Amino acid sequence: MSLTSSDPVADFAPARASRLLSRGRLGAASALAALVLLAGVPLVANDYWLNAVLIPFLIMSLTGLGLNLLMGYAGQASLGTGGFMSVGAYATYNLLLRVPELPLPVSLLLGGAVAGLVGLVAGLLSLRIKGFYLVASTLAAQFFLEWLFNQYGWFSNYSTSSSISAPRLEILGHDLSGPTGRYLLTLTTVAIATVVAIRLVRSQTGRVWMAIRDMDTAAAVIGIPVASGKLKAFFVSSLFCGVAGALWAFAYLGTVDARSFNLDRSFEVMFIIILGGMGSIVGNYLGAAFMIFLPIFLDHVGAHLFAGAIDAGQLENFQKALFGALIIWFLIKEPNGLAALASRLGNWILARFPR
Amino acid sequence: MSFFIETLVGGLLAGVMYSLVAIGFVLIFKASGVFNFAQGSMVLCAALIFVTLREKNIDFWLAALVTLAIMIALAIAIERIVLRPLINQPQITLFMATLGLSFVIEGISQIVMGASVHELDLGIVDTPIQLGDIQVSQFDLVAAGAAGALVVILSIFFNWTRVGVALRAIADDPQAALSIGIRLQTLWRVVWGVAGFVSLVAGLLWGSRQGVQFALTLVVLKSLPVLIIGGFTSITGAIVGGLIVGAGDSLAEIYLGALLGGSVSSWFAYALAVVFLLVRPAGLFGERPIERI
Repeated sequence: MSLTSSDPVADFAPARASRLLSRGRLGAASALAALVLLAGVPLVANDYWLNAVLIPFLIMSLTGLGLNLLMGYAGQASLGTGGFMSVGAYATYNLLLRVPELPLPVSLLLGGAVAGLVGLVAGLLSLRIKGFYLVASTLAAQFFLEWLFNQYGWFSNYSTSSSISAPRLEILGHDLSGPTGRYLLTLTTVAIATVVAIRLVRSQTGRVWMAIRDMDTAAAVIGIPVASGKLKAFFVSSLFCGVAGALWAFAYLGTVDARSFNLDRSFEVMFIIILGGMGSIVGNYLGAAFMIFLPIFLDHVGAHLFAGAIDAGQLENFQKALFGALIIWFLIKEPNGLAALASRLGNWILARFPR
Repeated sequence: MSFFIETLVGGLLAGVMYSLVAIGFVLIFKASGVFNFAQGSMVLCAALIFVTLREKNIDFWLAALVTLAIMIALAIAIERIVLRPLINQPQITLFMATLGLSFVIEGISQIVMGASVHELDLGIVDTPIQLGDIQVSQFDLVAAGAAGALVVILSIFFNWTRVGVALRAIADDPQAALSIGIRLQTLWRVVWGVAGFVSLVAGLLWGSRQGVQFALTLVVLKSLPVLIIGGFTSITGAIVGGLIVGAGDSLAEIYLGALLGGSVSSWFAYALAVVFLLVRPAGLFGERPIERI
């Protein structure tokens, strides 16, 4: 359908159509600009930036996205994120190892799906248990999965060391094991996941999730399928986390190690979405950036200010205390997260443009 | 059979140690709806202060008193700096804030008092007592006695004092409590102060059992299943939950662990807690909220 001036539809929405810059367009434009910038980074950045900063940033954003779908949209808080990430990592590892015919993207997706199914089982608890009781019970999944992968050698192919090396990464004969290859693999995955997540939260599924989040009893009364909605949220969320876990193992660490998916990881992801903004897509990237850059920043500050003056252990304690204090300060100053700040910034820009 | 009973009794008594930490959680959750993850750090902090004072040859009771005073000051600071600005925020935000708080407390305690392991001797002789044909650890008996005494003191405090009644009013309906002139902020300070006292007791007992060190903060993870089995709002629940978790944990370690070929203690308590929750979603003694639309 062409949008000419005689089109009756256009007459009904003249204000929106004539505005050069709307909120939606501003958001989409900045997202596109960010993607182009990120895709161009390998041309200028050195390996340190790709390996130690951008890859973990992108993967943690993806994990945040996964948990945000569950917690920010469907309202089911979980501390099993690290566990679901480890399922994704081990499942992808075993697929790559035992079914080498499968191309990498398929193994990655299937690994994510296995994590999704495990998440679904853990999600069965949410049908009966709510609130902090649910948070505490998802810890059962976290600790059980951590134990499982350490206990039984089959998962790590009876490797003698506790960490196992990642198989070769390639798509259609292109080797992705260099920093740039791993970075682009991560970026592509995260970009696709973001589009899927945006479509999902704007679909009926997303609206069901939000109804459950806002008040599940009321949602049930008006006939919204609460149980299937919750389970779907657990499945999709764990799938995202599983893919992120596989990327964490293969694209970032280069090894599958159950210890890197411990409870601290789960807390980190929860921090990301709370600092970034619950129920916001863009918040995940802002929160992940905060969580990745802050420790690096504190490292540099510490190294410059106290170089040699105090020992490493003390410096670590100091950073820990400062990190905690910053988190509290941030929660007090902006309880709705960085996404709310970004939204205010967007409004500020829009207000300065002529209509 | 006597081995079974010995394991069971040992487990029950060990469980009481978890209850001690869980009680601190319950106090704060009941009065302010805050799921205080910093409880473990408070236990560490109290134990560290106490042991540092003791190493400077300060009298036992004086050291305990000074530690208590510092814990109460900490409680007041937490209320003023962290809780008051976050009033009316979602519970999960407050939970995250207490996580941040735990980093701060752990970091600062270790900066000031060092990260090395300290020995803590409370002067309790730990020779096993022979009861019939089973052996019971004397130390565990003392710990259980302390927990029992704590529960009695707290019950008296909550049921018979003005402050206690006001706290129950707040727990029941904060809005109504505020409207009849109960001072919420004062009570939060009181309750965090009492939680500080409970952490001191827990810190002393845990510290003398496994040394005062960073690992002390991990007892918080062990006490969470205790908490969810008993229910977040019941002190009795914390004790009963502790007994269940302690007994279940030590029996599972022996029998289930042998079956699966490894230690199951990292997750068994949680699995047990989930089973209880599936039957009673708000714990054994927790209040199940009535949902209105």
